[in-house]
Amino acid sequence: MNSSRLPAAEFEVEEVGRAVHSDDVDGQLEPDAGMLQILSADGTMAGGLTAEIAGSTVDFSPYLSASDPAHLRSLYRDMFMIRRFDQESTALQRQGQLALWVPLTGQEAAQIGSGRALEPQDYAFPTYREHGVALTRGVELPDILRLFRGVTNGGWDPRERNFHLYTLVLAAQSLHAVGYAMGMQRDQLADPSLPPAASIAYFGDGASSEGDIHESMVFAASFNAPVVFFCQNNQWAISVPSSVQTRVPLAQRAEGYGFPGIRVDGNDVVAVEAVTRWALEHARSGQGPVLIEAYTYRMSAHTTADDPTKYRLSRDEQEWQPRDPLARLEVYLRSAGMADDTFFEELGAEARAMATDLRQAVLSMTAPELADRFAAVYAEPHPLVQEELRFFQEYEAGFADEVKHA
Amino acid sequence: MTLNTFNLPDVGEGLTEAEIVQWKVAPGATVSVNDVICEIETAKSLVELSSPYAGTVSELLVAEGETIEVGTPIISVEDSQDGAPGAGSGHDGAAAPGRDGQGTGSNANGTPSRGGSDGREPASTPAGDDAVPVPEMPGELAGPQVDTAPRTEAAAPDATPGPLVGTGPKADAVKRRPRRPHSGSAGAVGAVGPGADGTAGDTAGDTAGDTAQDPASPAAGAADGTRSGQPAEAETPARSNPLNQLINRVLAKPPVRKAARDLGINLADVPATGSAGEVTKQDLISYQSQRDAEQDGADSFWANRKLLGGGRIERIPVKGVRKATAKAMVQSAFTAPHVSIFVDVDASRTMEFVKRLKASRDFEGIRVSPLLILSKAVIWAAARNPSVNATWAEDEIHVKHFMNLGIAAATPRGLMVPNIKDAQDLSLKELALALNDLATTARAGKTQPAQMQGGTLTITNIGALGIDTGTPIINPGEVAIVAFGTIKQKPWVLDGEVIPRWITTLGGSFDHRVVDGDLSARFMADVASILEEPALLLD
Repeated sequence: MNSSRLPAAEFEVEEVGRAVHSDDVDGQLEPDAGMLQILSADGTMAGGLTAEIAGSTVDFSPYLSASDPAHLRSLYRDMFMIRRFDQESTALQRQGQLALWVPLTGQEAAQIGSGRALEPQDYAFPTYREHGVALTRGVELPDILRLFRGVTNGGWDPRERNFHLYTLVLAAQSLHAVGYAMGMQRDQLADPSLPPAASIAYFGDGASSEGDIHESMVFAASFNAPVVFFCQNNQWAISVPSSVQTRVPLAQRAEGYGFPGIRVDGNDVVAVEAVTRWALEHARSGQGPVLIEAYTYRMSAHTTADDPTKYRLSRDEQEWQPRDPLARLEVYLRSAGMADDTFFEELGAEARAMATDLRQAVLSMTAPELADRFAAVYAEPHPLVQEELRFFQEYEAGFADEVKHA
Repeated sequence: MTLNTFNLPDVGEGLTEAEIVQWKVAPGATVSVNDVICEIETAKSLVELSSPYAGTVSELLVAEGETIEVGTPIISVEDSQDGAPGAGSGHDGAAAPGRDGQGTGSNANGTPSRGGSDGREPASTPAGDDAVPVPEMPGELAGPQVDTAPRTEAAAPDATPGPLVGTGPKADAVKRRPRRPHSGSAGAVGAVGPGADGTAGDTAGDTAGDTAQDPASPAAGAADGTRSGQPAEAETPARSNPLNQLINRVLAKPPVRKAARDLGINLADVPATGSAGEVTKQDLISYQSQRDAEQDGADSFWANRKLLGGGRIERIPVKGVRKATAKAMVQSAFTAPHVSIFVDVDASRTMEFVKRLKASRDFEGIRVSPLLILSKAVIWAAARNPSVNATWAEDEIHVKHFMNLGIAAATPRGLMVPNIKDAQDLSLKELALALNDLATTARAGKTQPAQMQGGTLTITNIGALGIDTGTPIINPGEVAIVAFGTIKQKPWVLDGEVIPRWITTLGGSFDHRVVDGDLSARFMADVASILEEPALLLD
């Protein structure tokens, strides 16, 4: 046994799994096995992007934004802002202002790329880590933190942004996404003038082992639902490595359900965007679901209450640093003359201002009133709820004054 | 100007306290929002805390090393301007939060760069520009830091501050909100007088406090009682001997305990180096790797002879320490007529004494083991029986009026017997430090020849290897050697009853040319008496 890696207590199963699988998984899970990429880790942009999908060759060039400087800059901007947001949120948690934080660092390209591929009429179903997608859907960043400060159970109106509330139950949102897609399918039949739309379900390598994913994929395939399954394989389900979740690349599972599966470099924002665009169009045009596996890495902890040093080596983390999604796009933007120092400086200033505003917004958040809870039970006033509210108000009034907790 | 205080937050889920390990700022220092101010250690992990305020550090309210509850104020920061507290900058616009309240002159070096141009992101940072906030590389959880902060450490993977492990919130202590004495309809839900509630709460608190002290107090009681034997049992009829429990309890953090269990290692076997005498993860790792090294060879030993070029015998040249050891042993064994005697000792009080020393402030950070007491005992007994601390010089016997106490140590280079010079002059604490020093040097293989010369009497601590006793061979030039066996619980008869006690066996070999049977027996009995009652050292 390698003594430098003490098994973290609770996870011996994973150690066993690693030992059992270590021989045969390595080859199959090699990231390069059929992984689509156009912007390589060293910042060079390939000429084009094609792939064999379901027996025919797909050319992604209509979906590529590689030659549009303004678009590439805006992709970089989104990734930069969301990483800064992530850092400020982590700091706020450390300062006791948030109960918990779920960092996304490392997954910016997968989230921004896929989020930017969405059309306004599309509908996204996130996990609890999709801050980048939230940004692309126009959710106000401070609103995301309301949940983590414990002042709301939601944070935004999902109908306004076609961005569902964060789902804390693993993989549950994949069922919602398929159901929603099937609903959109029926809306289309009823009203053909509606713009074609698709839903997208975000989940991770850990959730891929949940039964919900299987059920939702079966339904999606059976009903040819316009849904894209977007799996961010960030290698770690809290402390369990992805090698324990699957013996084959996750994208290959789609074949068994009878729809295309694509593995894309999740740290290549350009490729992610192109592939997701293609997949959404595939879904919207009635050709059925697509599974995208964005191969990426959770550079940080699972949450601020997790300590990855307990179960993974910093060497592994370091191996992923050269593949950073922001660094490679910056190298490309600079080398292609698409952005200069001024751009990055202004972006920095913008991010600082955002962070300052964010902090202000979080500090000024107030705990909701008790009455608000009762107002959220029914859409309309309800006599029983009103009675219970009155009872509670009287009950609360019976306490001596005390410092009120936020 | 506002004075803001920052209270210790719950950085995990449901943590209740933390220790301030190190302050990264001092009073008078200028801090910006998100500058790292200190490092804390919770029950789970080390975490860096960053400042929620910008301004000048007014006071550090908690000392390093102090453990405090969540919510305790730890630092106060004075706003250098009347910005909104907690935000650093109350303004809109592009002003960096960190810049407010600082002289622009400090920007060149001291101003936080909001992410730091630490150069680890290739080509991403314009040279010398600390204004561009390049986000930090992934994996770093602390917020942006000052350039002057020790970033090289942060860059080292192992030094990266870990976030916390949370295993769910701990149940809160039951605490009732005080009720109004009487208030209209509130009576319907059963208002209770505040006095009653308060009393209940206090009682619960007291009980909890008593329980927390429990391990210490019965132990003390038992120690007092052991003189007669009966009271100790009477006091704690339902439990096993609390003294044994206390001594049995090896200090280690839960992850280390679990890891040890997983590896099948008995924590008691692992030499502890923690500042409070606890077994650290590092201790466990080095113990494990040593054990692995020994065991790994075993699997392939019989099969490995092919590697020896087909031979069935491996030839190892005798040189260096091996050669010197062999020569010294032969010389000693065949010139000095050895007589060996053994004595079983109840070392329970020594164990208790060691435990108390470990807990005492004076010995904080010093590794204390029963070997320390034995060393002291040997020095004490040698003064009463001077002939054991001597040299046979054919026509003379040289009795030494000083003690260069040798400690036999297995080192990477082989057996070494470095000695502590003039050990008779050392206080208990000095002796402890000397033993630590000797062991550390020996284990690192850095023992110097001078440290091994001039020994007058030797202790060999075979107990560290789990051995009960053995016949030691006298170090050449000396006339006595004491073998210290392992200390473990054994049935022991005390006042006609068999009870578990901490027993060890002392072995001694003596050069019969100098030390006769009665003298060696008296010497050994003296040493044993100290182990049985360390308080005798006081006379």
